[in-house]
Amino acid sequence: MSIELDFPAVLERWPNFLGGAVLTLELAFFATVSGALLGTLVAVGRGAHSRSIARISKVYVEAIRNTPLLVQIFLVYFGLASVGLKLSAFTVAVVALTINVGAYTAEIMRAGFEAIPRGQIEAAEGLALTRFQIYWHIILLPAVEKVYPALTSQFVLLMLASSVCSQISAEELTAVANYIQSDTYRAFETYIIVAVLYILLSLVMRAGFWGLGLFLFPRRRQLGTPL
Amino acid sequence: MGGHLNINHLLFLGHGALWTIGLSLIALIGGGIAGFVIALARVSPLRSVRLLSAAYVQLIQGTPLLVILFLGYFGLAAIGLKMSPLAAAGASLTLYVSAYLGEIWRGSIQSVPKPQWEAAEGLALSRTQRMLKVILPQAIRIATPPTVGFMVQIIKNTSLASVVGFVELMRSGQIVNNSLFEPFIVYAIIAAVYFAMCYPLSLFSQKLERRMGRGRVNNLAPA
Repeated sequence: MSIELDFPAVLERWPNFLGGAVLTLELAFFATVSGALLGTLVAVGRGAHSRSIARISKVYVEAIRNTPLLVQIFLVYFGLASVGLKLSAFTVAVVALTINVGAYTAEIMRAGFEAIPRGQIEAAEGLALTRFQIYWHIILLPAVEKVYPALTSQFVLLMLASSVCSQISAEELTAVANYIQSDTYRAFETYIIVAVLYILLSLVMRAGFWGLGLFLFPRRRQLGTPL
Repeated sequence: MGGHLNINHLLFLGHGALWTIGLSLIALIGGGIAGFVIALARVSPLRSVRLLSAAYVQLIQGTPLLVILFLGYFGLAAIGLKMSPLAAAGASLTLYVSAYLGEIWRGSIQSVPKPQWEAAEGLALSRTQRMLKVILPQAIRIATPPTVGFMVQIIKNTSLASVVGFVELMRSGQIVNNSLFEPFIVYAIIAAVYFAMCYPLSLFSQKLERRMGRGRVNNLAPA
């Protein structure tokens, strides 16, 4: 039998693809920002003096890292609904992705904190910096600088993982693809186009993070360390 | 509503869990073999082979597994290559795992200290002998903790096979939920089962990593 590929018939739907890609980026953006905040707080929590805070942080990180994202999304989706919170699929997706990426960020940030030499903190204490100043200037900023490449890979992976949100009908790129292929009966062409779009999105994100890195960490640029 | 959770539901979930393990093994073995080839191709002396394998890794790592799965199951069926859900899930996971394991193992091969390569060359070992007798035995030691860690990712990612209708743990949970209408309880049970499969592997990987870290300080000659 002959195989007929008709990409133009599918590419005609480019406004839908574009809308899906934009929504995927939005999902990734909100989840990255809130996940980075949550993850940093949890990483600080893991080193807390209070035993219970440290333990809760550890349980959260291990529970998330050892269960599939798909299960987490369904749990958040039905969990929020069962307590009477009716939220849009997009909001649920952002919440679930935030909870997910927060755990991975926490692990990466913890590695960053552990890489700060003890002597630097002691020196800062010797210079009578306040606790907050020490946390901000001596621990947090240098730690972020150290783990920046690992963090950005994690955020690109998060963007790719957001495809799973199509399962709770958030209208992101993969959901759009499912809709278009059931409409045009051209599943092969549709998913090839979507795969190419995801590759482009990940390249765009990588380039963006690289540029942001140059802007945020000028010291690193001077040292000539590749980001 | 649909009745209560009973032993039959749990047996059905157990059956799904077995398929999750089975699919994970298929992905690990298939992806391991392909990933090994990728890792070797990534350090090949031939520039074209290096470039091609790097492009393959970039393509797979830039695409979500879900899209690869849809492409394998719906996409190939649309152009006349119909696969069963098991075959489509196994093939997609193999592709996906090979790209990641290939990169992990390339890193392990390259982190064998340079003097080891030079010494093997100085002893007039051929390239094959150098790889098999000097580099790979050391690379396997370095690669073990991250590989065990990646097995956790494989188990979690098999949950996506549920979307093409393959009845593993996640799909069996959805089927049970369709008769019970207790999504929160059912998915909490599913999450607990995944955790029970993954957490021991995570712990084992961390333990291996710590042991390696200690051994390394003593073993590494200053290079």
